[in-house]
Amino acid sequence: MATQQTRSLARFMMAPSVVLLLVWMVVPLALTLWFSFQQYNPLNPVRDGFVGLSNYALFYSNPAFLQSILNTLILVISVLLITVIGGILLALLIDQPMWGQGIVRILVISPFFVMPPVAALVWKNMIMHPQYGVFADIARFFGAQPIDWFGQHPMTAIIIIVAWQWLPFATLILLTALQSLDGEQKEAAEMDGAGFLSRFWYLTLPHMSRAITVVILIQTIFLLSVYAEILVTTNGGPGYASTNLPFLVYQKALLEFKIGQASAGGIIAVILANIVAFFAMRAVGKNLDK
Amino acid sequence: MARSVTTRHKTIATVAAWIVALLIFFPILYTIITSFKSEQEAIQGFNLIPSGTFESYSEVQAQSGYFKFFLNSVILSVGSTILALLVAIPAAWSMAFSPTKRTKDILMWMLSTKMMPAVAVLFPIYLIFRNLGLLDSRIGLMVMLMLINLPIVVWMLYTYFREIPGEILEAARMDGASLWNEIIYVLTPMAVPGIASTMLLNIILAWNEAFWTIRLTTTDAAPLTAFISSFSSPQGLFWAKLSAASTLAIAPILIMGWFSQKQLVRGLTFGAVK
Repeated sequence: MATQQTRSLARFMMAPSVVLLLVWMVVPLALTLWFSFQQYNPLNPVRDGFVGLSNYALFYSNPAFLQSILNTLILVISVLLITVIGGILLALLIDQPMWGQGIVRILVISPFFVMPPVAALVWKNMIMHPQYGVFADIARFFGAQPIDWFGQHPMTAIIIIVAWQWLPFATLILLTALQSLDGEQKEAAEMDGAGFLSRFWYLTLPHMSRAITVVILIQTIFLLSVYAEILVTTNGGPGYASTNLPFLVYQKALLEFKIGQASAGGIIAVILANIVAFFAMRAVGKNLDK
Repeated sequence: MARSVTTRHKTIATVAAWIVALLIFFPILYTIITSFKSEQEAIQGFNLIPSGTFESYSEVQAQSGYFKFFLNSVILSVGSTILALLVAIPAAWSMAFSPTKRTKDILMWMLSTKMMPAVAVLFPIYLIFRNLGLLDSRIGLMVMLMLINLPIVVWMLYTYFREIPGEILEAARMDGASLWNEIIYVLTPMAVPGIASTMLLNIILAWNEAFWTIRLTTTDAAPLTAFISSFSSPQGLFWAKLSAASTLAIAPILIMGWFSQKQLVRGLTFGAVK
């Protein structure tokens, strides 16, 4: 149907988006790649120059680099476990007939809309503060010693905060999937005498599998680059105890001006993200064919 | 019998769900409550009933010029969204109505740019911004936010546009409508709901973006994300003020979010879950 003219017009209309994204992706990434093979320090340029792979070698020799990758993975996997399992349970609960379902939904989804610095600071000061926080109040009420969350268990504290931010997202997506489950199918299974567990295992869970995949993939993309939550709570510490890869790159680049090392970290982050992206694209792409 | 079982079931579900929901909502609720306390009250242990003072709100404005940051947040999130729509609407339109063999590849490629971690390009962007004099400028950050959200905007618009029946456009074409007329008089009215949803979600995402907004600003262009982050190294009593600043920062987006639950699912899953 489309004439040659509309074809070229279509291309013309697409050009701004494509060109912008192409430039945005290629130019900075190429610069990062270039810097990752350089020694480059704007404050102390004496030793600047090409250094081959030595920036990458730090990932083997410098414990901070290895720990940051480990922390990144711990954060991603823990939050995924909490939000996916919690999200399934919560979606099942909210899907039950009840009074005030709409309000329950609104309350549960709300943390997702809280900007990261606010979420982190509220948890840090008002909930987890070892002296004045609500957790400390509760601990004292039961006669226990309040926990110094950010001093003693910084990663756990950050995981709790990030999980609180993402649990609503998982719940909302899974609930949406759950509600699209055919009611007749459920009734038929019930009539056949299938108990709650077997109905969940053989009917509900397979139906939700696609949504679960999507939740895992999308959350992983965002969880790989958690930043503000760490910045305002532990600042990566104590030591490097709660430094993830994005935070390490930020420290190296903008605080220590070790641009080469930071760039190598950035490239490692890209590789990590690409592994995830590979699976994500396949899952989303499949849907596009339908 | 069956009926009473159902009622019992419903009661249990209601109680359980409300308890869980209130626990999840508690940090937000407590922030709102604390914002109406005095600084003294705020640290005097667990207390759900504030004295109801507005002191903290006026102090936040008086001490740090809160309104400036709020205004920056509004300008950046709305501005970047409008920019993104201007670029994305033609692209999504052409992909939805004149798809080619490569349309799918282009869409997937756009999505892949979203997966690039921001830190990977932190220094080059910083350098480029510095050399162009864009650090701490609203226009620079606006372009930045537009770029990071552009793939989501194109995708969302595309999934909405695809649902508009193509026959209507053909009919308009038969009636001799030119392409621009077609877009303005036929397509746009049908696309408005989709565009509005996309806009809403993108404003939310841009408002809460907390990497570039913190790193590329200092004072002039700093939005609320950057302002609130500055509370991480406090002097003296500040919880009531932190709560007041936080309440104002999240309130508008919370309300917008409540209205956009469905669009959120669709936008953030790139149409994979509806």
